[in-house]
Parts: sequence; structure tokens; C-alpha cells
Amino acid sequence: MGREILRIEHLHKEFEGKTVLDDLSLTLAEGEVAVIVGPSGCGKSTLLRCVNALEPIQGGSIFLDGAEIHADPRKLPQLRQKVGMVFQSYELFPHKSILDNITLAPRKVQKRSREDAEAEALTLLERVGLADRAKDYPRQLSGGQKQRVAIVRSLIMHPALMLFDEVTAALDPEMVREVLDVLLDLAKQGRTMLIVTHEMQFARAVADRILFLDDGGIVEEGRPADFFDHPKTERAQRFLNTFTFETVKE
Amino acid sequence: MNADVLRSYLPLYKEAAMLTIRLGLLGIALAFLIGLVCAAVLYCKIPVLRTVVRAYIELSRNTPLLIQLFFLYYGLPKLGIRTTPEACGVSGLAFLGGGYMAEAFRSGMEAIAPIQLESALSLGMTRTQALSSVILPQALTVSFPALMANVIFLMKETSVFSAVSLMDLMFTAKDLIGLYYNTTESLFLLVVFYLLILLPISLVGSLIERRLRYAGAGL
Ligand SMILES: Nc1ncnc2c1ncn2[C@@H]1O[C@H](COP(=O)(O)OP(=O)(O)OP(=O)(O)O)[C@@H](O)[C@H]1O
Ligand SMILES: [Mg+2]
Repeated sequence: MGREILRIEHLHKEFEGKTVLDDLSLTLAEGEVAVIVGPSGCGKSTLLRCVNALEPIQGGSIFLDGAEIHADPRKLPQLRQKVGMVFQSYELFPHKSILDNITLAPRKVQKRSREDAEAEALTLLERVGLADRAKDYPRQLSGGQKQRVAIVRSLIMHPALMLFDEVTAALDPEMVREVLDVLLDLAKQGRTMLIVTHEMQFARAVADRILFLDDGGIVEEGRPADFFDHPKTERAQRFLNTFTFETVKE
Repeated sequence: MNADVLRSYLPLYKEAAMLTIRLGLLGIALAFLIGLVCAAVLYCKIPVLRTVVRAYIELSRNTPLLIQLFFLYYGLPKLGIRTTPEACGVSGLAFLGGGYMAEAFRSGMEAIAPIQLESALSLGMTRTQALSSVILPQALTVSFPALMANVIFLMKETSVFSAVSLMDLMFTAKDLIGLYYNTTESLFLLVVFYLLILLPISLVGSLIERRLRYAGAGL
């Protein structure tokens, strides 16, 4: 495996005295795709939010490409450029066109020229099949289209690491596929990604490694085939059973 | 009512109206600036500063402009700070308006979901960049009616400028009544000129408001 992109050491996170993540350690190498699964409320979103310091942490350290992200708030904007984050609710900027949504950060933050940023934005939009929507506004797009734009908006910053927090959870079933295909494509290109999802089929297809999160820590981790076919811990078995129940019921 | 009297008063009122508009707009522009900075401080919850800002807002909104003007006009010279009536009028209006504008901006900013800010921050924007390009433009749509109401309220408040001997519309009307006793004509022109100033502001305001609401549909 290549160089280390993300290293989490003994992370401790609590909300008003209530521990959510406890002594959690994790490393991610360049090009690796790790998928986090786990029951609702186990801290998956919180973990991702700690990685780009949207949440302060109460213990441990997180290194991005060697730099400690929680060390100096003044360096945060610089470091966050290395981490792309895509939210469940897209969070496009409603007052800006698709093209402006995508080019805002490269132009403001990285001081790239409008021509340069727009050219790359259009190339990226083309790749997710939305080049013809560049002039539209977010409200004119479907959920799946908005989510693909949100992914492009992160990609244009050339992040070393991409975080995806249940990016298909708010979508109608028929739009889930178009977004997951984009993610699969990114994995194939060798992107380093940390993905939270409830889509188990997709997790199996995209992941190099599955992390099963429960009770504030990583309870089990392994290759997808091992995890899904032969979960070692009882808790993982129980968690996976909640998904098989749905298929048994039919 | 005497048409000749009206005609002869017109130039005086025109000049007074120009003064009202000039000082009013200047004070309101400053109030916008003060309000914006204060709202940003409150939105970002900057320690210490936010307490100062809260105190300022309460002070500015809970004291009459007349008292604020007296303080500036008679108080400041006692402290060795020389002022002109115009500077007093403008800064008094800015002081009063700043508090109201701050509240209008702040409620608009707080109406925008915090995750919008997080989304901007996660793209590597600084807090200032995120506020100015993502939060504020959206907040403006929400705040616009309140900001407009403040503009009209502050424009009307300029009528106490006469208390610090500024020759505004109110001063002119009182002066003319005192000199020539043409009360009807003087008051009539006073009302007409205030309407001439305020109606266009109102109209343009509601026009923009309607367009904003249309553009923001599905926001
Ligand atoms: N801002 C907050 N303040 C207080 N508690 C919080 C906050 N955010 C999250 N929590 C709590 O932390 C725990 C973990 O939340 P988190 O959102 O990370 O879970 P999750 O694994 O992402 O769940 P889901 O699958 O439902 O998205 C939950 O118990 C939640 O109630
Ligand atoms: Mg979550």
C-alpha cells in the first residue's frame, strides 16, 4: 500500500459528557476505500465530521497526510482543502448556479482563474453526465443530480481524501444507482475514500475494507467478503441480520 | 391653502429635503455596516465581543434617537470632542439604526441551516469567505423585508434632526410656521415632501422583495 493519507489515533469524542467515540484508531492508505457500517446513532457521521474538524475532539489526534488537523485552527482552511466531504442532504448553495457552486471554492480559496475553474468544472460535470445543466440552479435538479454536483464540487478541489456520509440516504430508490455509480467510478480511479452507507450491496462492491462501528469503536474490520459472509463478532452478525431479514420477508 | 405661498416655500423645502435625504442615506448606510459587523459577531459567537455587541444593541434600540442626538451634540463637546450638527445627525442615526440592522441581519443568518456553513467550510473556505459568499447572500433574502422596514423607520426618524439645529424638513416647517403663521401650507408641504422621499423607497423595496421571493422559491 502507498503512503498514509489518514491516521486516527486514540480518538475520543463526546457530546456534553456523553461519549460517542472512544479510543478509536484507524489508518487509511492512498487509494484505499474504506466503508463504515454500523447501527444508527453509533457515531458514523460524527467520525467523518471529526476528520475534517467540523467537530472538535476531546482526545487523541487525527493526521491528514502527516499534518495534525485539530492542532491549529488557523491552518484549518488549508487542511480542509485536502478533504472533500459530501453530505446526505447535498448542501448545494441554492443562490448559485451549478457552475458557480462548483467554481466558488477553487476561485475564492485556491485563487484559480474563472476560465480555468470553469473548464475543469465542465469536464467533471461531463463525466457525471450533467454538463448540460451547468447554467441551471440547484432547485431545478433532481436529488440524484444534486448529489452528483455535490461530488463534483468536492472533486474540483483535488482532495487527497473524500468523505461520503450516507450520500444516497435521502434519494428516491431510482436515483440511488446513478450516484453509487459515480462513487464506484471514483474508487476505480484510485481515490482514497471513507464512505458511510447503509447500502450493503454497494459497500461490498466498492470497499477494500469494511469497518463495523458500534458502541463508540471499531468492533470488527476486514475485507468485504470476509465481513459479509463470515462476520466474526456476534454484534456484527446481529447487525447484518437486520438486513437479511428484509430479504427473508419477501 | 394659498398656491403662491406654497410656490414660494418650495425652494426652501427642496433644500431641506436634500439635507434629509443626504444625511438619512449616509446614516442608514453606516447603520447597514454596523449591523452587518454586529450580526457577524453574534453569528460566529465570538467571545467577549458578542457581549459588547448585545449590550450595544439593547442600548441603541431602547433609547430614543432624540436622547442619543443630545448626548452627541451636547455631551461630546464636554469631553473635548468637537462635532458638527451634521456629524451628530449621521452618527446618531447610524448608532440607532445599527442595532436594528444587526437584529435583522442576524435573524436572517440564523435562518440559514448551519450545515450550509459547514459545507462551505469543508471546501476550505475561511469563516469570512463562507459568511460573505454563502451565508449572507441567502440571509439577505430572508432579512430583506426587515431591513427595508428599518430603512423607512430610520428615514422617518430623521425628523428629530431639527433638535440639533439641522435645517431638515421638520426644522424648515417649524421655522416657517413660527415666522409667517402659514400653518396649513407649511404642514402640507412637510407631509408631501416626506411622502416624496418615502414612497419611492417603499415601492422599490416591495418590488425587490417580490423578485427575491420569486427567485428564492424552492430555496
Ligand atoms: N451535535 C450533537 N449534540 C449532541 N449529541 C450529538 C450531536 N451529534 C450527534 N450526537 C449524538 O452522537 C451519537 C452519534 O451520532 P451520529 O450522527 O454520529 O450517528 P450515526 O452513526 O451517523 O447515525 P445515523 O446512522 O443515524 O446517521 C448519537 O447518539 C447522537 O445522538
Ligand atoms: Mg449519520
